[in-house]
Amino acid sequence: MSLRKLFNFHGGVKPAYNKEASIQLPIAAAPLPPELVIPLHQSIGGTPRPLVSAGEHVRKGQLIGAPDGYVSSAVHASTSGTVKAVELRLMPHTSGLSAFCVVIEPDGKDEWGDLAPVPWRSMNSDEVRGALRDAGVVGLGGAVFPSYLKANAGKQGHLNTLVINGAECEPYITCDDMQMREQGEIVVRGAAILRDLTKARQVLIGIENNKPEAIAAMQAAIKATGETNIEAVTIPTRYPAGGAKQLIRVLTGIEVPHGTRSTDYGVQCFNTGTAYAIYEALELGRPLISRIVTVAGNVETARNYEVRFGTPMRDVIALSKAKPDTDRIIMGGPMMGYRMPSDSVPVVKATNCILVGSPALFPPPPPEMPCIRCGECARACPTDLQPFEMYWFSRARLFEKAEAYHLADCIECGCCAFVCPARIPLVDYFRFAKSEVWARETEKDAADQARQRYEFRLEREERDKQEKAARLAAKAAETKAKLAQAGSGDAALIAAAAARTQEAEGKSNAE
Amino acid sequence: MIAALLVALLVMALGAVILGATLGYAAVKFRVEGDPLVEKIDSILPQTQCGQCGFPGCKGYAEAVARGEAEINCCPPGGEEGIRKLADLLGREFKPFSDGFNIEKPKSTAIIDEQTCIGCTLCIQACPVDAIVGAAKQMHTIIAGQCTGCELCLPPCPVNCIAMVPITENVVTWKWKYPAFSIGKAA
Repeated sequence: MSLRKLFNFHGGVKPAYNKEASIQLPIAAAPLPPELVIPLHQSIGGTPRPLVSAGEHVRKGQLIGAPDGYVSSAVHASTSGTVKAVELRLMPHTSGLSAFCVVIEPDGKDEWGDLAPVPWRSMNSDEVRGALRDAGVVGLGGAVFPSYLKANAGKQGHLNTLVINGAECEPYITCDDMQMREQGEIVVRGAAILRDLTKARQVLIGIENNKPEAIAAMQAAIKATGETNIEAVTIPTRYPAGGAKQLIRVLTGIEVPHGTRSTDYGVQCFNTGTAYAIYEALELGRPLISRIVTVAGNVETARNYEVRFGTPMRDVIALSKAKPDTDRIIMGGPMMGYRMPSDSVPVVKATNCILVGSPALFPPPPPEMPCIRCGECARACPTDLQPFEMYWFSRARLFEKAEAYHLADCIECGCCAFVCPARIPLVDYFRFAKSEVWARETEKDAADQARQRYEFRLEREERDKQEKAARLAAKAAETKAKLAQAGSGDAALIAAAAARTQEAEGKSNAE
Repeated sequence: MIAALLVALLVMALGAVILGATLGYAAVKFRVEGDPLVEKIDSILPQTQCGQCGFPGCKGYAEAVARGEAEINCCPPGGEEGIRKLADLLGREFKPFSDGFNIEKPKSTAIIDEQTCIGCTLCIQACPVDAIVGAAKQMHTIIAGQCTGCELCLPPCPVNCIAMVPITENVVTWKWKYPAFSIGKAA
């Protein structure tokens, strides 16, 4: 055990972890489904542009969606087969809305396209970042932020600490745990690549102490690979220790202030799954086409599966056999997960867990009672916010005031709702208020742009008018000068008019 | 006695002159450009530049409201929320939309049917935010992201090839709903 000094983050809760069920069996590969539905929009940022059309044959790992915009990441075919359609399909999103997906009918050969390792050691950082963007690597902890934007050394030119997040604090989820146990060496190699890309002085792999096997596996993997400056650190189990800012706080003592980034303080955080994906992308040239997904909850055999993106959740759940009283599918854990509109939605890059629920497992919430301002939520908040104030203003739709209490810093971890004695669904209110604030901001930006364009148009019209007036004035002056030269008086004017008439006649004759 | 009085008067007069000059200079030097109230009103308005209020552009309406010549309930795209904000800013009473103004429409974008467009450029001249691209006898099209949905391009079109299409929710613009309980039977 290391003697590293650890720090504490404020608040947090200790829910029932329920992780034992899904760590009994090793990771299994999910079979090829009859149809893969790969959404184009799988990460934060712009929706990738589709590069294939119906009828085309694709190979495994072929680019099917090109990144669009600065914050965007590529999407690839997760097996070989024929593109059946590029059409609107139900998304794994609470809204129950549809978005464009590439539907692939597998040919069963599962044959890779041409793969070439990326010579990242001899490339400059922009080229490596481009390669990661094209490989579709995004944060696999659940936030799916494009990794290439994070894999840089920051303003100082080097990082002090690179944090690899293996805390996995959310109940039921064990995909990182199992990955560290079974593929620890590759995770360490990925962490080493990230260490070299970010020029980090030290790499700390933070793992909660309820995963002793993962900690042992990672320590063995670090020894086996012989990588230097990498250390697996055991941290106390407390939800949400796996939040990026919370884990950075625990491992380094740095509290990243409101409105700043951890890179400003020489720290960056990646998930263990992301480190694995980065190794695969750079050393093997394999784009991100699958991930490890925990299937847990109301199932016969909870287990982790390696699932290709686009596989319908229904097919993955079938492997674990859902119990008959199943009434809901949640993507993610019970604290932060989202309820899915149907079990037909595909597994995407953000799917770390498919939690199968039943009324017995997750009983309906007891009725909401009035807030008594006891302050329990503020004591539990890991981001030092005052949820009861934010709740008050969100409920009253006074969004500016809710923002003044730093609503935007809320990580929606659910600690406040977990401890609330009045059982107020606080996070639901914050999500509502956040999306309203966000919509208003977008509207305001659009209005500002419209104002600018309107003012520019007025200016341009005014300028055109002045230019025209100036042109006419110049012409008039010229004519006058000509007349003055030709001689004054009516005779000259008449002569000029006659000349013009003749000219015009000549023209029309010619035509 | 008289001398003391005179000195006192002179000192006061001198003071008045110096302070007056300073104030006068400051008034010229730190003069506020434009009317700050107009700017504030303008920032509340939705900037559709549609002219439904009867004034040219949102700025024109803002100026009229600031002068007290226009009511605050003449901007349908701003909705009731806009009226409320204006009422708050100006210290006036909230006023609901009067008849004829109360048509709150869903936010829409104009779409040109490219098969029918004859390339007359009339809509381009009408668009207040330059959101239509095209040239004479060439097909025109609307930059959807810049369109404010003002509908000013509809009347000039000689072939009626422009339609207003309401903006639908997608996964990115979807908003979380206000938490509400479904009322069920008490156990």
